[in-house]
Amino acid sequence: MMKPDMTVNLAGIPLRNPVMTASGTFGYGEEFAEYVDMESIGAFVTKGLSLKPRAGNPTPRIVETPGGMLNAIGLQNVGIDAFIAKKVPYFRSVNTPAIANFFGNTIDEYAEMARRLDEIAEVAALEVNISCPNVKHGGIVFGTDPASASSVVTACRAATKKPLIVKLSPNVTDVVVMARACEDAGADALSLINTLTGMAIDLEKRRPVLANITGGFSGPAIKPIALRMVWQVAKAVKLPIIGIGGIMNATDALEFMLAGATAVQVGTASFINPGAAQKIAEDMEAWLIVHGVADIKSLIGALES
Amino acid sequence: MQFTSLILSNVEVSPGYWRMRMTAPPECASAQPGQFVMVRVNGAIDPLLRRPFGIFDVGTYTPAQSGAVAQPYLEMLYRVVGKGTTMLSTLHGSDLLDILGPLGKGFDLGAADEEKLIVGGGVGLAPLYLLARELVKESKVRLFAGGRTRDDILCITEFERLGIECYTATEDGSLGECGLVTEALLRRLDQLQGRASIYACGPHGMLNAVANIAAERGIPCQVSLEGYMACGVGACLGCVAPGHSHSPETPDFRCVCTEGPVFESGELKWRD
Repeated sequence: MMKPDMTVNLAGIPLRNPVMTASGTFGYGEEFAEYVDMESIGAFVTKGLSLKPRAGNPTPRIVETPGGMLNAIGLQNVGIDAFIAKKVPYFRSVNTPAIANFFGNTIDEYAEMARRLDEIAEVAALEVNISCPNVKHGGIVFGTDPASASSVVTACRAATKKPLIVKLSPNVTDVVVMARACEDAGADALSLINTLTGMAIDLEKRRPVLANITGGFSGPAIKPIALRMVWQVAKAVKLPIIGIGGIMNATDALEFMLAGATAVQVGTASFINPGAAQKIAEDMEAWLIVHGVADIKSLIGALES
Repeated sequence: MQFTSLILSNVEVSPGYWRMRMTAPPECASAQPGQFVMVRVNGAIDPLLRRPFGIFDVGTYTPAQSGAVAQPYLEMLYRVVGKGTTMLSTLHGSDLLDILGPLGKGFDLGAADEEKLIVGGGVGLAPLYLLARELVKESKVRLFAGGRTRDDILCITEFERLGIECYTATEDGSLGECGLVTEALLRRLDQLQGRASIYACGPHGMLNAVANIAAERGIPCQVSLEGYMACGVGACLGCVAPGHSHSPETPDFRCVCTEGPVFESGELKWRD
Protein backbone atom coordinates (compact mmCIF):
# COMPACT_ATOMS: atom_id res chain seq x y z
CA MET A 1 0.00 0.00 0.00
CA MET A 2 1.00 3.62 -0.42
CA LYS A 3 2.68 5.50 2.37
CA PRO A 4 -0.05 6.68 4.71
CA ASP A 5 -0.69 10.38 5.21
CA MET A 6 0.86 11.08 8.62
CA THR A 7 0.29 14.85 8.59
CA VAL A 8 -1.97 16.61 11.02
CA ASN A 9 -2.85 20.26 11.46
CA LEU A 10 -2.51 21.55 14.99
CA ALA A 11 -4.24 24.90 15.42
CA GLY A 12 -2.87 26.11 12.10
CA ILE A 13 0.58 24.53 12.40
CA PRO A 14 1.08 21.77 9.84
CA LEU A 15 2.94 18.84 11.41
CA ARG A 16 4.61 16.12 9.31
CA ASN A 17 3.35 13.64 11.90
CA PRO A 18 1.58 13.92 15.27
CA VAL A 19 4.62 13.14 17.44
CA MET A 20 6.04 16.01 19.48
CA THR A 21 8.43 16.03 22.40
CA ALA A 22 7.23 17.21 25.80
CA SER A 23 8.56 20.27 27.60
CA GLY A 24 11.27 19.56 30.14
CA THR A 25 12.29 16.26 28.57
CA PHE A 26 14.02 17.44 25.42
CA GLY A 27 16.15 20.41 26.51
CA TYR A 28 16.02 23.11 23.85
CA GLY A 29 16.18 20.57 21.04
CA GLU A 30 19.86 20.76 20.18
CA GLU A 31 20.82 18.45 23.07
CA PHE A 32 19.09 15.60 21.20
CA ALA A 33 20.33 16.29 17.67
CA GLU A 34 22.90 13.51 18.06
CA TYR A 35 20.19 10.95 18.81
CA VAL A 36 17.15 12.06 16.83
CA ASP A 37 16.65 13.02 13.21
CA MET A 38 14.96 16.27 14.14
CA GLU A 39 13.10 16.23 10.83
CA SER A 40 11.50 12.88 11.60
CA ILE A 41 9.26 14.29 14.35
CA GLY A 42 6.25 16.57 14.18
CA ALA A 43 7.47 19.33 16.49
CA PHE A 44 9.58 19.86 19.58
CA VAL A 45 8.78 21.80 22.74
CA THR A 46 11.39 23.66 24.80
CA LYS A 47 12.05 23.51 28.51
CA GLY A 48 9.69 25.93 30.30
CA LEU A 49 10.98 29.50 29.92
CA SER A 50 10.68 32.51 32.20
CA LEU A 51 11.64 36.19 32.04
CA LYS A 52 14.61 35.69 34.38
CA PRO A 53 16.84 32.61 34.45
CA ARG A 54 15.87 30.16 37.18
CA ALA A 55 18.27 27.88 39.03
CA GLY A 56 15.63 25.40 40.15
CA ASN A 57 15.17 23.36 43.32
CA PRO A 58 17.76 21.76 45.61
CA THR A 59 18.65 18.08 45.12
CA PRO A 60 17.59 15.27 45.18
CA ARG A 61 15.33 16.36 42.34
CA ILE A 62 14.31 13.04 40.84
CA VAL A 63 13.51 9.56 42.02
CA GLU A 64 12.32 6.49 40.21
CA THR A 65 9.25 4.58 41.35
CA PRO A 66 7.73 1.45 39.78
CA GLY A 67 6.69 2.32 36.24
CA GLY A 68 7.45 5.98 36.61
CA MET A 69 9.51 8.77 38.10
CA LEU A 70 9.00 11.81 40.28
CA ASN A 71 10.72 15.07 39.45
CA ALA A 72 10.95 18.37 41.25
CA ILE A 73 13.35 20.30 39.03
CA GLY A 74 11.72 23.63 39.84
CA LEU A 75 11.56 25.05 36.30
CA GLN A 76 15.33 25.54 35.96
CA ASN A 77 15.81 27.41 32.68
CA VAL A 78 18.14 29.88 30.98
CA GLY A 79 15.62 32.76 30.87
CA ILE A 80 14.20 34.47 27.79
CA ASP A 81 17.28 36.57 26.92
CA ALA A 82 19.70 33.63 26.88
CA PHE A 83 17.06 31.59 25.08
CA ILE A 84 16.95 34.13 22.26
CA ALA A 85 20.75 34.54 22.15
CA LYS A 86 21.86 30.94 22.55
CA LYS A 87 19.04 28.52 21.83
CA VAL A 88 16.91 30.05 19.07
CA PRO A 89 19.71 30.11 16.43
CA TYR A 90 19.62 26.30 16.37
CA PHE A 91 15.92 26.36 15.43
CA ARG A 92 16.86 27.90 12.05
CA SER A 93 18.85 24.80 11.13
CA VAL A 94 15.94 22.38 11.48
CA ASN A 95 12.82 22.31 9.36
CA THR A 96 10.58 21.29 12.27
CA PRO A 97 8.29 23.58 14.27
CA ALA A 98 9.78 24.69 17.60
CA ILE A 99 7.23 25.36 20.31
CA ALA A 100 8.21 27.52 23.28
CA ASN A 101 6.85 26.46 26.66
CA PHE A 102 6.75 29.30 29.18
CA PHE A 103 5.46 30.43 32.56
CA GLY A 104 5.38 33.49 34.79
CA ASN A 105 5.06 34.37 38.46
CA THR A 106 2.21 36.78 37.79
CA ILE A 107 -0.35 37.33 35.05
CA ASP A 108 1.68 40.32 33.84
CA GLU A 109 4.77 38.13 33.57
CA TYR A 110 2.85 35.54 31.58
CA ALA A 111 1.69 38.28 29.19
CA GLU A 112 5.20 39.74 28.95
CA MET A 113 6.61 36.30 28.12
CA ALA A 114 3.95 35.81 25.45
CA ARG A 115 4.88 39.20 23.94
CA ARG A 116 8.61 38.38 23.92
CA LEU A 117 8.06 34.95 22.37
CA ASP A 118 5.61 36.37 19.83
CA GLU A 119 8.49 38.45 18.39
CA ILE A 120 10.64 35.38 17.68
CA ALA A 121 10.09 34.28 14.08
CA GLU A 122 11.65 30.86 14.76
CA VAL A 123 9.03 30.02 17.39
CA ALA A 124 6.04 28.36 15.70
CA ALA A 125 3.70 28.33 18.67
CA LEU A 126 3.51 29.02 22.40
CA GLU A 127 2.66 26.50 25.08
CA VAL A 128 1.67 28.19 28.30
CA ASN A 129 2.43 26.17 31.41
CA ILE A 130 -0.20 26.69 34.08
CA SER A 131 0.44 23.32 35.60
CA CYS A 132 3.92 22.86 37.07
CA PRO A 133 3.38 21.22 40.47
CA ASN A 134 6.88 21.97 41.78
CA VAL A 135 6.92 25.72 42.32
CA LYS A 136 4.59 27.92 44.31
CA HIS A 137 4.07 30.47 41.56
CA GLY A 138 4.28 30.16 37.84
CA GLY A 139 2.21 27.12 37.45
CA ILE A 140 -0.17 25.17 39.52
CA VAL A 141 -1.78 28.14 41.29
CA PHE A 142 -3.04 29.26 37.89
CA GLY A 143 -3.78 25.75 36.70
CA THR A 144 -6.12 24.59 39.43
CA ASP A 145 -8.58 27.49 39.47
CA PRO A 146 -10.68 28.15 36.34
CA ALA A 147 -10.90 31.92 36.93
CA SER A 148 -7.09 32.24 37.32
CA ALA A 149 -6.49 30.05 34.28
CA SER A 150 -8.90 32.16 32.29
CA SER A 151 -7.06 35.36 33.31
CA VAL A 152 -3.68 33.93 32.28
CA VAL A 153 -4.96 32.71 28.92
CA THR A 154 -6.81 35.96 28.22
CA ALA A 155 -3.64 37.97 28.94
CA CYS A 156 -1.47 35.71 26.79
CA ARG A 157 -4.04 35.68 24.00
CA ALA A 158 -3.91 39.45 23.80
CA ALA A 159 -0.11 39.34 23.66
CA THR A 160 0.42 36.92 20.79
CA LYS A 161 -0.93 36.10 17.35
CA LYS A 162 0.90 32.78 17.31
CA PRO A 163 -1.03 29.62 18.10
CA LEU A 164 -1.49 29.43 21.88
CA ILE A 165 -1.48 25.99 23.49
CA VAL A 166 -2.44 25.68 27.16
CA LYS A 167 -0.91 22.81 29.13
CA LEU A 168 -3.35 21.50 31.71
CA SER A 169 -2.76 19.98 35.11
CA PRO A 170 -4.33 16.69 36.13
CA ASN A 171 -4.25 17.82 39.76
CA VAL A 172 -7.81 19.13 39.67
CA THR A 173 -11.22 17.79 40.56
CA ASP A 174 -12.61 18.21 37.06
CA VAL A 175 -10.23 18.75 34.16
CA VAL A 176 -13.15 19.54 31.86
CA VAL A 177 -13.93 22.72 33.80
CA MET A 178 -10.34 23.88 33.29
CA ALA A 179 -10.40 22.93 29.62
CA ARG A 180 -13.60 24.90 28.98
CA ALA A 181 -12.22 27.94 30.83
CA CYS A 182 -9.14 27.93 28.60
CA GLU A 183 -11.20 27.44 25.44
CA ASP A 184 -13.46 30.35 26.35
CA ALA A 185 -10.43 32.56 27.10
CA GLY A 186 -9.05 32.10 23.59
CA ALA A 187 -6.71 29.12 23.63
CA ASP A 188 -6.03 27.51 20.24
CA ALA A 189 -5.17 24.05 21.58
CA LEU A 190 -4.87 22.17 24.86
CA SER A 191 -2.08 19.84 25.92
CA LEU A 192 -2.69 17.36 28.70
CA ILE A 193 -1.69 16.03 31.08
CA ASN A 194 1.20 17.56 32.98
CA THR A 195 2.60 15.45 35.84
CA LEU A 196 0.56 14.26 38.81
CA THR A 197 1.70 15.45 42.21
CA GLY A 198 3.30 12.54 44.02
CA MET A 199 5.69 11.65 46.80
CA ALA A 200 8.30 9.06 47.72
CA ILE A 201 9.55 8.26 51.22
CA ASP A 202 12.83 6.73 52.35
CA LEU A 203 11.72 4.42 55.14
CA GLU A 204 15.16 3.94 56.73
CA LYS A 205 15.82 7.68 56.88
CA ARG A 206 12.15 8.44 57.65
CA ARG A 207 12.43 11.33 55.22
CA PRO A 208 10.95 12.33 51.89
CA VAL A 209 13.27 11.30 49.05
CA LEU A 210 12.92 14.60 47.18
CA ALA A 211 14.30 17.81 48.68
CA ASN A 212 11.07 19.47 47.53
CA ILE A 213 9.12 16.72 49.40
CA THR A 214 6.61 16.31 46.55
CA GLY A 215 7.25 16.03 42.83
CA GLY A 216 5.58 15.51 39.49
CA PHE A 217 4.87 11.88 38.65
CA SER A 218 5.39 10.83 35.03
CA GLY A 219 6.07 7.71 33.00
CA PRO A 220 4.07 4.71 31.81
CA ALA A 221 2.28 4.37 35.17
CA ILE A 222 0.23 7.53 34.51
CA LYS A 223 -1.02 6.59 31.03
CA PRO A 224 -4.48 5.33 32.04
CA ILE A 225 -5.22 8.58 33.89
CA ALA A 226 -3.97 10.67 30.98
CA LEU A 227 -6.02 8.69 28.46
CA ARG A 228 -9.14 9.14 30.54
CA MET A 229 -8.61 12.91 30.82
CA VAL A 230 -7.90 13.34 27.10
CA TRP A 231 -11.06 11.39 26.30
CA GLN A 232 -13.13 13.51 28.74
CA VAL A 233 -11.79 16.81 27.42
CA ALA A 234 -12.07 15.79 23.76
CA LYS A 235 -15.79 15.21 24.24
CA ALA A 236 -16.25 18.59 25.92
CA VAL A 237 -14.28 21.09 23.81
CA LYS A 238 -13.80 21.85 20.10
CA LEU A 239 -10.09 22.65 20.41
CA PRO A 240 -7.44 20.27 19.13
CA ILE A 241 -5.83 18.28 21.92
CA ILE A 242 -2.25 17.15 22.41
CA GLY A 243 -2.24 13.92 24.42
CA ILE A 244 0.56 13.52 26.96
CA GLY A 245 1.20 11.00 29.71
CA GLY A 246 3.33 7.89 29.80
CA ILE A 247 3.62 7.42 26.04
CA MET A 248 6.39 4.86 25.55
CA ASN A 249 5.59 3.43 22.11
CA ALA A 250 3.43 3.77 19.00
CA THR A 251 0.59 1.77 20.53
CA ASP A 252 0.32 4.24 23.39
CA ALA A 253 0.41 7.19 20.98
CA LEU A 254 -2.31 5.75 18.74
CA GLU A 255 -4.51 5.06 21.76
CA PHE A 256 -4.32 8.76 22.66
CA MET A 257 -5.40 9.64 19.12
CA LEU A 258 -8.41 7.33 19.34
CA ALA A 259 -9.29 9.03 22.64
CA GLY A 260 -9.41 12.33 20.77
CA ALA A 261 -5.88 13.70 20.53
CA THR A 262 -4.77 15.40 17.29
CA ALA A 263 -1.12 15.08 18.32
CA VAL A 264 0.87 13.58 21.17
CA GLN A 265 3.91 14.52 23.23
CA VAL A 266 6.58 12.03 24.26
CA GLY A 267 8.16 12.90 27.61
CA THR A 268 9.79 10.52 30.06
CA ALA A 269 10.42 8.03 27.22
CA SER A 270 13.03 10.45 25.78
CA PHE A 271 15.04 10.15 29.02
CA ILE A 272 15.26 6.40 28.55
CA ASN A 273 15.75 6.45 24.78
CA PRO A 274 16.74 9.87 23.45
CA GLY A 275 15.50 8.68 20.05
CA ALA A 276 12.09 7.59 21.39
CA ALA A 277 9.99 10.23 19.59
CA GLN A 278 11.45 9.31 16.20
CA LYS A 279 10.96 5.59 16.83
CA ILE A 280 7.36 6.16 17.89
CA ALA A 281 6.60 8.19 14.74
CA GLU A 282 8.13 5.47 12.54
CA ASP A 283 6.28 2.70 14.33
CA MET A 284 2.96 4.59 14.07
CA GLU A 285 3.41 4.78 10.33
CA ALA A 286 4.19 1.06 10.21
CA TRP A 287 1.00 0.35 12.19
CA LEU A 288 -1.04 2.35 9.71
CA ILE A 289 0.43 0.41 6.81
CA VAL A 290 -0.24 -2.94 8.46
CA HIS A 291 -3.81 -1.95 9.27
CA GLY A 292 -4.52 -0.35 5.90
CA VAL A 293 -5.18 3.11 7.34
CA ALA A 294 -4.51 5.69 4.64
CA ASP A 295 -4.69 8.84 6.75
CA ILE A 296 -3.75 9.15 10.40
CA LYS A 297 -6.30 11.94 10.84
CA SER A 298 -9.03 9.30 10.46
CA LEU A 299 -7.99 7.93 13.86
CA ILE A 300 -8.54 11.17 15.80
CA GLY A 301 -11.39 10.57 18.21
CA ALA A 302 -12.32 7.38 16.36
CA LEU A 303 -12.84 5.42 19.56
CA GLU A 304 -15.76 3.03 19.18
CA SER A 305 -18.07 2.38 22.07
CA MET B 1 26.01 7.18 20.82
CA GLN B 2 23.56 4.41 21.56
CA PHE B 3 24.52 0.76 21.04
CA THR B 4 23.60 -2.80 21.90
CA SER B 5 26.30 -4.59 23.79
CA LEU B 6 26.92 -8.28 24.38
CA ILE B 7 28.01 -9.16 27.90
CA LEU B 8 31.30 -11.05 27.84
CA SER B 9 31.62 -11.62 31.58
CA ASN B 10 30.02 -10.48 34.81
CA VAL B 11 31.97 -11.43 37.93
CA GLU B 12 31.63 -10.60 41.62
CA VAL B 13 35.10 -9.27 42.49
CA SER B 14 34.35 -8.62 46.17
CA PRO B 15 31.17 -9.16 48.18
CA GLY B 16 28.55 -6.87 46.61
CA TYR B 17 30.88 -5.50 43.90
CA TRP B 18 30.79 -6.71 40.33
CA ARG B 19 32.92 -6.23 37.26
CA MET B 20 31.28 -6.54 33.86
CA ARG B 21 32.97 -6.73 30.49
CA MET B 22 30.90 -6.11 27.37
CA THR B 23 31.40 -5.57 23.66
CA ALA B 24 31.59 -1.97 22.50
CA PRO B 25 31.78 -0.11 19.21
CA PRO B 26 35.23 1.11 18.12
CA GLU B 27 34.36 4.69 19.19
CA CYS B 28 34.49 3.57 22.83
CA ALA B 29 38.21 2.87 22.54
CA SER B 30 38.79 6.62 22.71
CA ALA B 31 36.61 7.14 25.82
CA GLN B 32 38.21 9.69 28.16
CA PRO B 33 38.98 8.51 31.67
CA GLY B 34 36.11 9.72 33.86
CA GLN B 35 33.41 9.41 31.22
CA PHE B 36 30.39 7.22 31.93
CA VAL B 37 27.74 5.13 30.23
CA MET B 38 23.97 4.93 30.81
CA VAL B 39 22.88 1.30 30.91
CA ARG B 40 19.35 0.02 30.41
CA VAL B 41 19.18 -3.03 32.63
CA ASN B 42 16.32 -4.61 30.68
CA GLY B 43 13.61 -3.68 28.19
CA ALA B 44 10.79 -3.60 30.76
CA ILE B 45 9.44 -0.55 32.55
CA ASP B 46 10.69 -1.53 36.02
CA PRO B 47 13.38 -0.42 36.42
CA LEU B 48 12.34 2.36 34.09
CA LEU B 49 15.40 4.58 33.87
CA ARG B 50 18.92 3.84 32.76
CA ARG B 51 21.65 3.63 35.38
CA PRO B 52 24.91 5.60 35.11
CA PHE B 53 28.23 3.75 35.51
CA GLY B 54 31.79 5.02 35.24
CA ILE B 55 33.92 3.34 32.60
CA PHE B 56 36.44 1.15 34.42
CA ASP B 57 38.46 0.10 31.41
CA VAL B 58 38.43 -0.17 27.63
CA GLY B 59 40.49 -2.54 25.51
CA THR B 60 40.35 -5.23 22.88
CA TYR B 61 39.85 -8.98 23.11
CA THR B 62 40.08 -11.71 20.49
CA PRO B 63 37.03 -13.99 20.34
CA ALA B 64 37.72 -17.71 20.68
CA GLN B 65 36.76 -18.64 17.11
CA SER B 66 39.63 -19.36 14.75
CA GLY B 67 40.49 -16.45 12.50
CA ALA B 68 38.65 -13.97 14.73
CA VAL B 69 39.94 -10.40 14.79
CA ALA B 70 40.35 -8.32 17.91
CA GLN B 71 37.13 -6.61 19.11
CA PRO B 72 36.75 -3.61 21.40
CA TYR B 73 35.25 -4.03 24.85
CA LEU B 74 34.42 -1.84 27.81
CA GLU B 75 34.29 -2.70 31.49
CA MET B 76 32.35 -1.32 34.41
CA LEU B 77 32.88 -1.89 38.09
CA TYR B 78 29.64 -1.54 40.04
CA ARG B 79 28.18 -2.01 43.46
CA VAL B 80 24.84 -3.73 44.01
CA VAL B 81 22.73 -1.10 45.79
CA GLY B 82 19.17 -1.46 44.53
CA LYS B 83 16.80 -3.10 42.11
CA GLY B 84 18.64 -2.09 38.93
CA THR B 85 22.10 -3.17 40.03
CA THR B 86 20.71 -6.38 41.55
CA MET B 87 19.22 -7.25 38.16
CA LEU B 88 22.46 -6.32 36.45
CA SER B 89 24.36 -8.72 38.70
CA THR B 90 22.13 -11.62 37.57
CA LEU B 91 23.02 -11.16 33.90
CA HIS B 92 25.40 -13.57 32.19
CA GLY B 93 27.72 -13.77 29.24
CA SER B 94 25.76 -13.49 25.94
CA ASP B 95 23.00 -11.36 27.51
CA LEU B 96 22.43 -8.05 25.73
CA LEU B 97 22.44 -4.55 27.14
CA ASP B 98 21.29 -1.24 25.62
CA ILE B 99 23.96 1.38 26.31
CA LEU B 100 24.25 5.14 25.81
CA GLY B 101 27.71 6.69 25.89
CA PRO B 102 30.47 7.43 26.50
CA LEU B 103 28.99 10.54 28.11
CA GLY B 104 30.17 13.56 30.04
CA LYS B 105 33.43 15.39 30.55
CA GLY B 106 36.34 13.26 31.76
CA PHE B 107 39.55 14.01 33.66
CA ASP B 108 42.15 16.48 32.41
CA LEU B 109 45.41 14.54 32.39
CA GLY B 110 47.46 17.60 33.37
CA ALA B 111 51.22 18.11 33.01
CA ALA B 112 53.58 15.13 32.85
CA ASP B 113 56.03 16.47 35.44
CA GLU B 114 53.47 16.51 38.29
CA GLU B 115 53.10 13.67 40.71
CA LYS B 116 49.58 12.32 40.29
CA LEU B 117 47.77 11.40 43.49
CA ILE B 118 44.64 9.33 42.86
CA VAL B 119 42.17 8.96 45.72
CA GLY B 120 39.35 6.44 45.52
CA GLY B 121 36.71 5.42 48.04
CA GLY B 122 34.94 2.08 47.55
CA VAL B 123 33.29 1.81 44.16
CA GLY B 124 34.66 5.30 43.49
CA LEU B 125 37.67 3.44 42.09
CA ALA B 126 35.51 2.60 39.04
CA PRO B 127 36.48 5.54 36.82
CA LEU B 128 40.02 5.78 38.24
CA TYR B 129 41.59 2.70 36.69
CA LEU B 130 41.38 3.97 33.12
CA LEU B 131 42.70 7.28 34.44
CA ALA B 132 45.63 5.60 36.19
CA ARG B 133 46.45 3.66 33.03
CA GLU B 134 46.72 6.91 31.09
CA LEU B 135 48.55 8.93 33.77
CA VAL B 136 51.18 6.28 34.42
CA LYS B 137 52.41 6.59 30.83
CA GLU B 138 53.98 9.97 31.59
CA SER B 139 53.91 10.62 35.33
CA LYS B 140 54.65 9.23 38.73
CA VAL B 141 51.30 7.97 40.07
CA ARG B 142 50.25 7.01 43.58
CA LEU B 143 46.88 5.49 44.49
CA PHE B 144 45.13 5.98 47.83
CA ALA B 145 42.24 3.53 48.15
CA GLY B 146 39.88 3.63 51.08
CA GLY B 147 36.83 1.76 52.31
CA ARG B 148 34.94 0.71 55.39
CA THR B 149 36.36 -2.83 55.27
CA ARG B 150 38.69 -4.86 53.07
CA ASP B 151 35.68 -5.83 50.95
CA ASP B 152 35.42 -2.21 49.79
CA ILE B 153 38.99 -2.10 48.45
CA LEU B 154 38.57 -3.15 44.83
CA CYS B 155 40.90 -4.35 42.10
CA ILE B 156 44.05 -3.14 43.82
CA THR B 157 46.19 -5.77 42.06
CA GLU B 158 45.10 -4.24 38.74
CA PHE B 159 46.47 -0.89 39.82
CA GLU B 160 49.65 -2.48 41.19
CA ARG B 161 50.23 -4.20 37.86
CA LEU B 162 50.42 -0.76 36.27
CA GLY B 163 53.46 -0.11 38.47
CA ILE B 164 51.59 2.30 40.73
CA GLU B 165 52.41 2.63 44.40
CA CYS B 166 49.17 1.79 46.25
CA TYR B 167 48.23 2.87 49.78
CA THR B 168 45.15 1.33 51.34
CA ALA B 169 43.18 2.36 54.40
CA THR B 170 40.09 0.81 55.96
CA GLU B 171 37.96 2.18 58.73
CA ASP B 172 37.99 -1.18 60.56
CA GLY B 173 41.67 -1.87 59.89
CA SER B 174 40.94 -5.11 58.01
CA LEU B 175 43.23 -4.06 55.18
CA GLY B 176 46.06 -1.53 55.07
CA GLU B 177 46.14 1.12 57.72
CA CYS B 178 43.25 1.68 60.08
CA GLY B 179 41.53 5.00 59.41
CA LEU B 180 40.57 7.31 56.61
CA VAL B 181 42.30 7.34 53.27
CA THR B 182 42.75 11.09 53.53
CA GLU B 183 45.25 10.57 56.38
CA ALA B 184 47.52 8.60 54.06
CA LEU B 185 47.07 11.30 51.42
CA LEU B 186 48.06 14.02 53.90
CA ARG B 187 51.24 12.17 54.89
CA ARG B 188 52.27 11.91 51.26
CA LEU B 189 51.55 15.59 50.72
CA ASP B 190 53.82 16.42 53.70
CA GLN B 191 56.72 14.65 51.99
CA LEU B 192 55.98 16.07 48.59
CA GLN B 193 58.72 17.77 46.64
CA GLY B 194 57.71 19.41 43.41
CA ARG B 195 54.29 19.77 41.92
CA ALA B 196 51.37 17.40 42.28
CA SER B 197 47.73 17.13 41.37
CA ILE B 198 44.90 15.14 42.90
CA TYR B 199 42.20 13.06 41.21
CA ALA B 200 39.39 11.75 43.39
CA CYS B 201 36.18 9.75 43.20
CA GLY B 202 34.19 8.29 46.06
CA PRO B 203 31.61 9.09 48.73
CA HIS B 204 30.70 12.76 49.04
CA GLY B 205 32.24 13.07 52.51
CA MET B 206 35.58 11.81 51.22
CA LEU B 207 35.46 14.15 48.22
CA ASN B 208 34.66 17.03 50.55
CA ALA B 209 37.68 16.22 52.72
CA VAL B 210 39.95 15.84 49.69
CA ALA B 211 38.70 19.10 48.16
CA ASN B 212 39.40 20.95 51.41
CA ILE B 213 42.91 19.47 51.66
CA ALA B 214 43.62 20.46 48.06
CA ALA B 215 42.34 23.99 48.66
CA GLU B 216 44.41 24.44 51.85
CA ARG B 217 47.58 23.31 50.13
CA GLY B 218 46.94 24.98 46.81
CA ILE B 219 47.08 21.72 44.87
CA PRO B 220 44.97 21.30 41.74
CA CYS B 221 42.25 18.72 42.31
CA GLN B 222 39.66 17.12 40.09
CA VAL B 223 36.74 15.18 41.50
CA SER B 224 34.29 12.88 39.76
CA LEU B 225 30.75 13.16 41.13
CA GLU B 226 27.92 10.70 41.23
CA GLY B 227 24.52 12.09 40.35
CA TYR B 228 21.03 10.66 40.37
CA MET B 229 19.99 11.24 36.78
CA ALA B 230 17.25 10.18 34.39
CA CYS B 231 18.78 10.94 30.99
CA GLY B 232 22.57 11.47 31.08
CA VAL B 233 22.40 13.98 28.24
CA GLY B 234 21.57 17.24 30.04
CA ALA B 235 17.80 17.24 29.57
CA CYS B 236 16.25 16.12 32.85
CA LEU B 237 18.35 18.47 35.04
CA GLY B 238 17.97 15.99 37.87
CA CYS B 239 21.68 15.48 38.56
CA VAL B 240 22.82 19.01 39.32
CA ALA B 241 25.43 19.77 42.01
CA PRO B 242 25.92 23.11 43.80
CA GLY B 243 28.61 25.29 42.23
CA HIS B 244 31.11 27.29 44.33
CA SER B 245 28.97 30.42 44.58
CA HIS B 246 25.82 28.50 45.47
CA SER B 247 23.57 29.69 48.27
CA PRO B 248 19.83 29.38 48.80
CA GLU B 249 19.48 33.05 47.81
CA THR B 250 21.77 32.86 44.77
CA PRO B 251 21.54 29.31 43.49
CA ASP B 252 24.36 28.08 41.24
CA PHE B 253 23.88 24.54 39.95
CA ARG B 254 26.14 22.54 37.63
CA CYS B 255 24.83 19.67 35.55
CA VAL B 256 26.77 16.53 36.56
CA CYS B 257 26.10 14.61 33.33
CA THR B 258 27.15 17.25 30.82
CA GLU B 259 29.31 19.79 32.72
CA GLY B 260 30.83 16.87 34.69
CA PRO B 261 30.96 14.26 36.07
CA VAL B 262 34.54 15.49 36.52
CA PHE B 263 34.94 18.98 37.97
CA GLU B 264 37.85 21.04 39.25
CA SER B 265 37.13 20.87 42.97
CA GLY B 266 37.19 24.67 43.15
CA GLU B 267 34.18 24.85 40.82
CA LEU B 268 31.96 23.22 43.42
CA LYS B 269 30.54 24.13 46.81
CA TRP B 270 32.00 22.23 49.79
CA ARG B 271 31.48 22.26 53.55
CA ASP B 272 34.42 23.71 55.49
